Amino acid sequence: MSDHRIELTVNGRKHGGTVEARTSLGEFLREQLGYTGTHLACEHGVCGACTVSVDGAVARSCLMLAVQADGSEVTTVEGLAEADGTLHPVQQAMRDNFGLQCGFCTPGIVITLASLTGEGKEPTEQEMIDAMSGHICRCTGYQGIRRAIRQLTSETA
Amino acid sequence: MNVQLPGAHRYIGERTPRKEDARLLTGRGQFADDVRLAGMLHIAFARSPVARGTITAIDSAAAREVPGVHAIYTQADFSGVALNVMNFFFGPCEAPVTILADGRVSCVGDPVAMVIADSRAIAEDAAALIEIEIDEEDPVITLADARGGAPVHPGKDDNIAQEMGDEDIDEDLQALLDGAAHTITRTIHHQRIAQSPMETRGCVATCDGSEEMTIWISCQSPHLVARYVSLAFNLPETAIRVIAKDVGGGFGLKNFPWREEVAVIAAARLFGRPIKWIEDRFESLTASSHAREQEVTLTIGFDADGKMVGGFGDYSSNNGAFPMGEDCNVAVHMFMWPAYKMPAYGFVSRGWYSNTMGLGGYRGPWAMESLIRETLLDDAAREIGIDPIEIRRKNLIYLTDQPNTTTFGIEVTDITPGECFDKLLANFDVPAFRKEQAESREQGRYLGLGLAAYVEPTAAAGQMAPMTGELATIRIEPTGKVTASLSTHSQGHGTATTMAQVIAERLGVNFEDVTIFEGDSAIGGFSPGAAGSRQAVIAGGAAWTATDMLADKVKEIAAHLYNANAETITIEGGMVHIEGTPEMSHSLREIAEIAYGEPARLPGNTGAGLEAQFRYQPPPFTFTSAAHACVVEVDADTGFVKIQRWISSEDCGTVINPGVVEGQIAGGLAQAIGQVLLEDMPYDARGNPLAATFKDYLMPTISDVPDFEYVHANTPSQTIGGMRGVGEGGAIIGPPTLVNAIADALQPFGQIDLLELPLTPSRILDIVESRDVSGDAAKRAKTEAEAPAEEATAEVASSSGETSIDGAWNMTMKTPAGPQEMVGHFATDGGNVTGKFTSDQGDQEFEGTVEGSRVKFNLDVEQPMKITLKYDLLFEGDGVSGKAKMGMFGSAKTSGTRA
Ligand code: FES
Ligand code: FES
Repeated sequence: MSDHRIELTVNGRKHGGTVEARTSLGEFLREQLGYTGTHLACEHGVCGACTVSVDGAVARSCLMLAVQADGSEVTTVEGLAEADGTLHPVQQAMRDNFGLQCGFCTPGIVITLASLTGEGKEPTEQEMIDAMSGHICRCTGYQGIRRAIRQLTSETA
Repeated sequence: MNVQLPGAHRYIGERTPRKEDARLLTGRGQFADDVRLAGMLHIAFARSPVARGTITAIDSAAAREVPGVHAIYTQADFSGVALNVMNFFFGPCEAPVTILADGRVSCVGDPVAMVIADSRAIAEDAAALIEIEIDEEDPVITLADARGGAPVHPGKDDNIAQEMGDEDIDEDLQALLDGAAHTITRTIHHQRIAQSPMETRGCVATCDGSEEMTIWISCQSPHLVARYVSLAFNLPETAIRVIAKDVGGGFGLKNFPWREEVAVIAAARLFGRPIKWIEDRFESLTASSHAREQEVTLTIGFDADGKMVGGFGDYSSNNGAFPMGEDCNVAVHMFMWPAYKMPAYGFVSRGWYSNTMGLGGYRGPWAMESLIRETLLDDAAREIGIDPIEIRRKNLIYLTDQPNTTTFGIEVTDITPGECFDKLLANFDVPAFRKEQAESREQGRYLGLGLAAYVEPTAAAGQMAPMTGELATIRIEPTGKVTASLSTHSQGHGTATTMAQVIAERLGVNFEDVTIFEGDSAIGGFSPGAAGSRQAVIAGGAAWTATDMLADKVKEIAAHLYNANAETITIEGGMVHIEGTPEMSHSLREIAEIAYGEPARLPGNTGAGLEAQFRYQPPPFTFTSAAHACVVEVDADTGFVKIQRWISSEDCGTVINPGVVEGQIAGGLAQAIGQVLLEDMPYDARGNPLAATFKDYLMPTISDVPDFEYVHANTPSQTIGGMRGVGEGGAIIGPPTLVNAIADALQPFGQIDLLELPLTPSRILDIVESRDVSGDAAKRAKTEAEAPAEEATAEVASSSGETSIDGAWNMTMKTPAGPQEMVGHFATDGGNVTGKFTSDQGDQEFEGTVEGSRVKFNLDVEQPMKITLKYDLLFEGDGVSGKAKMGMFGSAKTSGTRA
């Protein structure tokens, strides 16, 4: 199995590592870089738990290979809150609305929602719900996530 | 019960945001896979590709050559490990469970070999190279197969894992049913479910020297795991520490460690290095315990008015090869009727072995009772010609009907299913809906309304080994902040929040100043954690009382220190106030510093420190009531169901945090929607599981689940604090509510006579188009044609052959608690018989009658309960067979041979 040297930025910090070609980005982030906030729940691209942002676009880190992220800027759930601990508006909305229970699906969900709510973006409630249809949550019945979405869209409205 | 301290801040009942969220939202949780230890190795299992057979060879030579592989174990390597795998009740498994397959495989996915390697990827590479040769046999897959097929477990007579009740309807009940104005019978085939918590099972185990072990495990109670591991491996529990800080959902699957987790622990002990196993989703779907595959047929007789006069239920569950509980789910019958006036009920319940993955727990394991009862009630209402609302109002229990005792002896005194139902209807305009429904039908749109009511037994305690109380240890630290060590465990339940709400309110401190520690067997004491909707009730009660004890101590100390009367002291916002002297307020910290640092200043009889501990043992059951309504639209062209509205009217007593309560209801309802419309774990005829990814196993997503509306009623229970459990209800009441709505929408097309779940679009089109779109009918016809003739059940009838009954017989009676071995001594004298049974329980004498070679006698026993056993035995040659009727527990098969 061939090893490859890659370099990438995660949450604003530079990282490097040697990976097998088959290593997924998610596994690399978790196992080699210690960003265990990214969760792997299906490893076949359906559940969305592993979602991270790569160069500003959301990606399923279980389907993307680490070598494909060479040179990229990656944001994981650890990189969303402010340095002083202030939660990202998506994280705050999820907390305000009981958007999570066990929290296993949550990292991917907040990354997806955060990607829709950046500067200058004004997503509708339905657009955010559509984006959520790519995430599975076994605990909440999506009720708090729906309320968080409403809070976010009324904030941006 | 819920007495409010004057002026104190209310936290109980507040929608307080959760303490847990700060770490979980920022990626700082600690799940099993987040644990890394120096020298840690990884496991992958090589599993059986066939459902049944004898292992003839395991060749791991090629696998051993893979660089990074440290060891490959088969069951032979564990032969020196004394292991006692138990069920949830710490009882023995009748079909013994080994760490890995021991010579035979009994289902696809049975673990046969284990690879220990530097990484999971390497372990998987090697596991794929292990060649397992199996002499394959025809498997027993379905319930129909199990009934007639060869025993899954060699040495057993049949595939019955457990049987309770009596298939022969008792004469009195039969008379009631025969005399009923209407008798309705319905059958449901419930599919197999994969529990599918988003975090799969996982475990990291390390031996710290020869006497200590630390285990990080995705579980529902670290204390239960510690106790289980201690008993299973015969290790002193004090040496085992189990940690589970964050767990990504359990739902019953993670009630206790099962084969793979036990294997990881055994491997860590054998190999001597930290070992990690994290199940992947393929394993989770196909090789984690499953749930629910079951069939039920219920008959209910009604009088002309629509009141129930009697019923009979026949239930079977396909338990698989190695179920986590080898039982017949008698709870389905036990909990069928507490919410209703049902004067007479008989049942038979059987759990069957098959060559499929074993069943485990899943939210509301007995939920079939509500599904069959509530769907049948709707069918009955249509047949009798009354409204589904009316049939429920005639039969539901209201507060004015209590106390009431069910035929199972369950007494209810304070349940509100009738009141919840009325409250539900007060919040939903049924006439307006019926009008809309009629108008829509004219436009070819099919709307339906589903209603259902039930009670949920919660917080069971004191009757089964693991189901016990909860412990709360609460301290005001010298800093004045409050910490609590609890026996609770959260897989998303929010106990760190709700328990802090209870403590903050009862003590009079700020919620922010209370920290809960849990999720570690070294913290708190034994409890089964999140199992049976119990923590808010029991741990809530424990925290409630422990806090009150601590508050009393603070008041006593303050009274002494500040020369006041304890009655005049209140605690509020973390400050201790003395009535009438506002200038005399003191912080808790000031008092705590004295209590810890200068105990000489304390009153004589109070010990140093500010700590209190209480273990709460609640009543045996606390019932929660609810009624739900949902509205669907069924698309008659596609068969798709769109849920338009869903209202829950729930009475869970004192609500600690409505956000958490509603979260529990909603999560259960989403699972119910999945069960009714989407989720299915089928097997093919050779026993291959057919849903191996989330592309085949359809989990409900946000677009499948509507916004839920909640109506809370709050009838405090008789527990400390007045809480009632709410963890499982959504999964119990959700399925009938939704099925009833769909059936109502489909009325213009016909009835659902045999409900097969899930109700996929093609099954709905079966009804809309009245033809076999799904292919189910063809499949059933094929199964019936191929079904092996059922083994004739040993008929108890007079035999003509001359048999000598006199003498000693070695006999076995199959009781619900397991087989009971005894020696029967018989002496006949004309038409009379006398004799005795000798067993490890002592001697029991009897007298009865003989007719040919048929012997009948009654035996009064005291243990485990006072009951009269009615024996009916037939002697033939050197064999004897028959049964003993055990009152409402049905009959126990009895057989034997001449000694
Ligand atoms: S783990 Fe990547 S989509 Fe499920
Ligand atoms: S919060 Fe548990 S899976 Fe979403």
